[in-house]
Amino acid sequence: MSGSRTRTIDGNQAAAMVAHRLNEVIAIYPITPASPMGEWADEWSARGQTNLWGTVPQVIEMQSEGGAAGAVHGALQAGSLTTTFTASQGLLLMLPNMFKIAGELTPTVFHIAARSLACQALSIFGDHSDVMAARSTGFGMLFANSPQEVLDFALISQAASLEGRIPLLHVFDGFRTSHEVAKITVFDDDVMQAMIDDTWIHAHRARALSPDHPVLRGSSQNPDVYFQARETVNPYYDRMPAIVQGAMDRFAGLTGRQYHLFDWVGHPEAERVMILMGSGAEAAEETVHHLVRQGEKVGLVKVRLFRPFDAEALLEALPASVRRIAVLDRTKEPGADGEPLYKDVLGAIAGHHARGGRRFDELPLITGGRYGLSSKEFTPAMVKSVFDELSKLQPKHPFTIGIHDDVTHLSLDWDPAWRTDAHADSFQGVFYGLGSDGTVSANKNSIKIIGEGTDLHAQGYFVYDSKKSGAMTVSHLRFGPKPIHATYLIGDGEADFVACHQPVFLERYPMLDKAKAGAVFLLNSPEPPEKVWDSLPRRLQEQAIEKRIRIHAIDAYAVAQEAGMGRRINTIMQTCFFALSGILPRDEAIAAIKQAVEQTYGKKGRRIVEMNFQAIDAALAGLHPVPVPDKVTAERDLAPPVPPDAPRFVVEVTGEIIAGRGDAIPVSRLPADGTFPLGTAAWEKRNLALEIPVWDAELCTQCGKCPLVCPHSAIRSKIFPEALLKDAPPTFKSAPVRGKDFPKGLRIAYQVAPEDCTGCTLCVDICPIHDKSNVSRKALNMAPQPPLRAQEQDNWNFFLILPEYDRREIKITTIKGSMLMQPLFEFSGACVGCGETPYVRLASQLFGDRMLVANATGCSSIYGGNLPTTPWTVNPEGRGPAWNNSLFEDNAEFGFGMRVALDQQIEQACELLLRLRDRLDADLVEGLLHADQSTEAGLYEQRERIARLKAALGVIDEADARHLLELADVFARRSVWIIGGDGWAYDIGYGGLDHVLAAGRDVNILVLDTEVYSNTGGQTSKATPLGAVAKFSAGGKPTMKKDLALLAMDYENVYVAHVAYGARDVQTLRAFLEAEAHPGPSLIIAYSPCIAHGVDLSHNHRQQNLAVKSGHWPLFRFDPKRIARGDNPLRLDSGEPTLPYREFMQTETRFSMLWHTHPEAAERFAEQAQQEVRHRWHYYRQLAELDWDEHTSPAAEKARLKPETH
Amino acid sequence: MADLSTTWLGLELANPLVPSASPLSRDTDHALRLEDAGAAALVMYSLFEEKIDREAAHLQRFLHEQETGFAEATGFHPVPEQYKTCQEEYLEQLAALKARLAIPVIASLNGASLGGWIEYGRMLEEAGADALELNTYHLAANPDEDCATTEQRYLDLLGELRRHVQLPINMKISPYFSALAHFATRLETAGADGLSLFNRFYQPDIDLDTLDVAHRLELSRPHEALLRIRWAGLLHGKVNLSLGVTGGFHTGADALKALLAGADVVHLCSVLLQEGPDALARILTFLQDWMTEREYTSVEQLRGSLSQSHAVDPTAYERANYVEVLDSYSSPPGVWR
Repeated sequence: MSGSRTRTIDGNQAAAMVAHRLNEVIAIYPITPASPMGEWADEWSARGQTNLWGTVPQVIEMQSEGGAAGAVHGALQAGSLTTTFTASQGLLLMLPNMFKIAGELTPTVFHIAARSLACQALSIFGDHSDVMAARSTGFGMLFANSPQEVLDFALISQAASLEGRIPLLHVFDGFRTSHEVAKITVFDDDVMQAMIDDTWIHAHRARALSPDHPVLRGSSQNPDVYFQARETVNPYYDRMPAIVQGAMDRFAGLTGRQYHLFDWVGHPEAERVMILMGSGAEAAEETVHHLVRQGEKVGLVKVRLFRPFDAEALLEALPASVRRIAVLDRTKEPGADGEPLYKDVLGAIAGHHARGGRRFDELPLITGGRYGLSSKEFTPAMVKSVFDELSKLQPKHPFTIGIHDDVTHLSLDWDPAWRTDAHADSFQGVFYGLGSDGTVSANKNSIKIIGEGTDLHAQGYFVYDSKKSGAMTVSHLRFGPKPIHATYLIGDGEADFVACHQPVFLERYPMLDKAKAGAVFLLNSPEPPEKVWDSLPRRLQEQAIEKRIRIHAIDAYAVAQEAGMGRRINTIMQTCFFALSGILPRDEAIAAIKQAVEQTYGKKGRRIVEMNFQAIDAALAGLHPVPVPDKVTAERDLAPPVPPDAPRFVVEVTGEIIAGRGDAIPVSRLPADGTFPLGTAAWEKRNLALEIPVWDAELCTQCGKCPLVCPHSAIRSKIFPEALLKDAPPTFKSAPVRGKDFPKGLRIAYQVAPEDCTGCTLCVDICPIHDKSNVSRKALNMAPQPPLRAQEQDNWNFFLILPEYDRREIKITTIKGSMLMQPLFEFSGACVGCGETPYVRLASQLFGDRMLVANATGCSSIYGGNLPTTPWTVNPEGRGPAWNNSLFEDNAEFGFGMRVALDQQIEQACELLLRLRDRLDADLVEGLLHADQSTEAGLYEQRERIARLKAALGVIDEADARHLLELADVFARRSVWIIGGDGWAYDIGYGGLDHVLAAGRDVNILVLDTEVYSNTGGQTSKATPLGAVAKFSAGGKPTMKKDLALLAMDYENVYVAHVAYGARDVQTLRAFLEAEAHPGPSLIIAYSPCIAHGVDLSHNHRQQNLAVKSGHWPLFRFDPKRIARGDNPLRLDSGEPTLPYREFMQTETRFSMLWHTHPEAAERFAEQAQQEVRHRWHYYRQLAELDWDEHTSPAAEKARLKPETH
Repeated sequence: MADLSTTWLGLELANPLVPSASPLSRDTDHALRLEDAGAAALVMYSLFEEKIDREAAHLQRFLHEQETGFAEATGFHPVPEQYKTCQEEYLEQLAALKARLAIPVIASLNGASLGGWIEYGRMLEEAGADALELNTYHLAANPDEDCATTEQRYLDLLGELRRHVQLPINMKISPYFSALAHFATRLETAGADGLSLFNRFYQPDIDLDTLDVAHRLELSRPHEALLRIRWAGLLHGKVNLSLGVTGGFHTGADALKALLAGADVVHLCSVLLQEGPDALARILTFLQDWMTEREYTSVEQLRGSLSQSHAVDPTAYERANYVEVLDSYSSPPGVWR
């Protein structure tokens, strides 16, 4: 037997380890939760790690999963061992090629971190709906249930596929298995060598396309032979189960780990049986063992090979005693008579019985149920409930488990308090941290220390937030002497250890719900020891007394500060965990933490090592027990997630999700078609900012820059009549409005939303006004939030009820004017200091009340539409942006479809209006048809006309009138916005974007260019600049950034703008106004500093300025309208680069990292990039200076002949 | 030919001209050209404490602890298996210079606080440095810090470095000490082998357009040399430290004055940045010619011959002629009349 080494890694890494060793070509594209597999593979190849045959696999990032599948197909046809990694929509994009690959009997393994498909909503979490959509492709499917099995099955599937020529999907549950860190036993190369027969590889290569022995493959077949040809593959599929079993048996011989196509667990004479596949089978196994020990005759079949489905092997796995079977599927096929596994099991058993088979004494009753969609918890209590249901005379069928279905009443009840005895001798700990405070890293480190330093088994699972700023993470850690099968979270009353790393969570989350009696509660608290108890809310105090919790506290931030570690508390809290948990002897644990610090920083950073050591020692000194008195002293309790006077939906649904109680929401409360109300982010007060800006009304010149740059719309300006001040709170600030654009007697206020501000400081940074006697004082200055919170909340509430200034009176071409418009995008969960959201908010201010938004999947769809809340909101009239996210790849087409529909509706409405014109006021009809809606006044008047039209139509009892009544609103000009990131626009959606630009319809495309796939964690896109280090470009991107603007300008009818609001805000504003006014397609490419650039986003504006000054981001506008005037359409808005490109590069980690890793390449790139930006500038300047009159330009001639059309 | 050799920090040098810490040593080719021009030793560019710290913090923030807590993106940057820090680059450059140059190479550490960075001294020693320069750039701007504390800061740093290395240590300090001569003896007691007079505090400037306090590099000017010459003269013979002068030495005449006052070596920087290696050769030639002309046989012979201890009028180094100097100035014709 070989390979008894253990590693503590997650499922993705386990899969990638084998895939990288056993392949030559790896084509990838990022998608959650599969991206880390590609990242590992890329990283290993970048480091020169070789595969089993001594060569470094080629890892190629493609423009989409469709592209990756095509590349895989090609590489396979050329004879290379090839793989890919994907999930969800990515797998769907691969389907066409998968049919081909399987149809050509090509051995390959795709590793799938199975994830929900986007239906009523996107979800990044795990279930089997993606792989079930691939059932008909001809790929086999092998399901791994744990990180250990992922490692093992990655090898078994590769061996079996090579031998049997059937391509396989190696499937494991997204997030649960892909991201679960576990201690697993790894195997050495000799195991892989023994599993893979060289003759299979030779055979694969021999089948490759080669001009030396040419063949034709991929022919087109007709009715005469296609059918027969399709049947030729049957023997391969017939043989495949035995081949897979053979591989499993060989593997068992090599490693001692035996698997079967269907693995039986349970009582040998079980009567009630559950059949399922994936990680849920682990929880089921734990439960079955427990129930059998209690004398129950229950059992479980773990399905390994789902395709090709071997009915006989299934039957053999089932004992003859079986009477009742519940088949559980982690997918939903609406409208089907049951989910796929259920149907297969039913077919196998019924078929067996119908053909006279007598495996069972009587035909078992088989029910089918759904569980675990989108990583919904699947716990032993739920397993028990399913077995209990099978005991009933008439078990429910179909059923669901894990939710409360009060609509179709399919769900089974379960007792959430029921537990198995699996964790009697294990340790379970739950840790609440902020995403950015290092809690997860520290916990991963603790798992490694324990997993690799002791004989204990270890498991870590991390629950993340849907927000990018101020995200909460909950780490669930288990350690124990026995293997851990718990594929579910640590439940209420189960934790031996609960840690709260952030004091602010105390008032939000009932963390001690998780604690069991006698548990330890570790709290990071700024309170002195004698005041810690009183700082706990009532519920926590009650639970602490009732459960006899042992509380220990430390002021981790003070310790960190003292040790010179700023706000990094991870090592400190980790030290406290080890000191209190007793999992390892204290000294041993502390030595291990210090060793880990040494390993990470070692000689690279002596000072950091020292600071950490100091912090570790100080943590031990600063940790103190908190006596738990016998009575509650708290004056306050947990804060409600949303105010009780919020709209009913917000209280019942949104609020419950915010509070972390979303699992308990019944089916009836959720919209059936995925439609949600806007404006919900305003109800979620996150209080992230330690400091907020304070306005100095006297110093302020009212330029309006602060609301423009605020990424969270948390600072606003409003102009209002002085008389309204009589109801103002005493500390509400305002000033007489300055400027000739406003009548006398008005006041202006700049007001901060104190609980929505994230404290990014960008408003203070942009403020151009300095106190003449103290330059460090500006018209906005940061001040601690807590003392201001109540006062400013009152002021904010007052500000909100002040009327909006009449849009018709606003000069929107000025920053000050446009910033008086109400943002209809507010308080998003985007990163603190996000460079994208100011653009989105600006569009919402200018056009939000008439906007339709098609939003590509990515950061903007997540901070825009990830539950519980949405930042998109409505104005006092109830108008606002109507928003939808279709997919990642189709966004341009999606928005285009909206435009086409609107155009059609306008045309139809005009026809109807003309048909009814005799019955209507002639001026009204004329006005409706020919309204000038280019200004807010024009829009207002048209809306008035529409109201009159509706009133008139209401009394005409005719079909045409009723029809026009439905369509009447389209007479008001709509603004279609197609919004997405560079991954969409430059890569996966470029084909569609190009087509939509060419099609000429009036759409506005906003590309939020972060120059990298931000949402999935910084993978290279074609927008990534030369020399930047990103995932998949570890050695620096060797090619130039694609010039999307130049490509678009080639169409000549497309409005194109290149903007960076932090460098020239007025240019950005003009570009938005011009783009929207342009009657054809418009493309705004907006420079968006991102945390992925490796720069603190409080320097966001500086970075935009550097980008412009260095020539990295030239500012320009290409307006086809100018062609009609005989002018050159291109206008450069920034000057010739004045800053050496190298100086820009060295301010951002994405570039500067290369000087640390590949200094020569960095120098080369810096030089090349300098030449390129210089060249591009000169090229643009020449374009901008071209003579562009009708004598020289065909476009101008066309424009002259056919002036602007609307 | 006069013997130009000198001893500095226990090192036997062919002459007293030693290029001080500057970007020139970043480039091995430049260093070779300095050696060819006659440089007797080379002080490398400084490894700055702040740079080490800033880089470490940066790497920690954006590499080792880049998690944001968002499910789809655990981080944004690939974490390289191998990367070079500024101190590793420094060590490499030190090794390269040692491999190519025959003259002694002195590594330079620049910082103001105790802490892990000082341990790099040991690595520099292991990498072959012939001596270490500890450039302590501390501005005593804190009203709560008295002069004793300020001095102690230097002594603690020196003591800490001394604990880690056997190499000669040259302290490069500023002139802003209330009892500089006494302080020099304390440095000697604390383990210093040499003293460089003086580092130049670059003065921040005010940008009238942006109202920012801006940093600007001003190269040294010849008038700065006199302060150094004076202190070399004051300290020569009173401390058992090698003395170097640095800051404003652009001509052979000034270099010669420093030697006469008591300096063991004269550091050159701005003049080399401005004029290249020929400036060094020019100064060397001037020294040789002047000594030959005046029949001096060696630097040894002339060094310190005009120090305060040996000067005809020792008070000239101190306060005595203050009044005469002030009164000797008269404005050019036409300025006041």
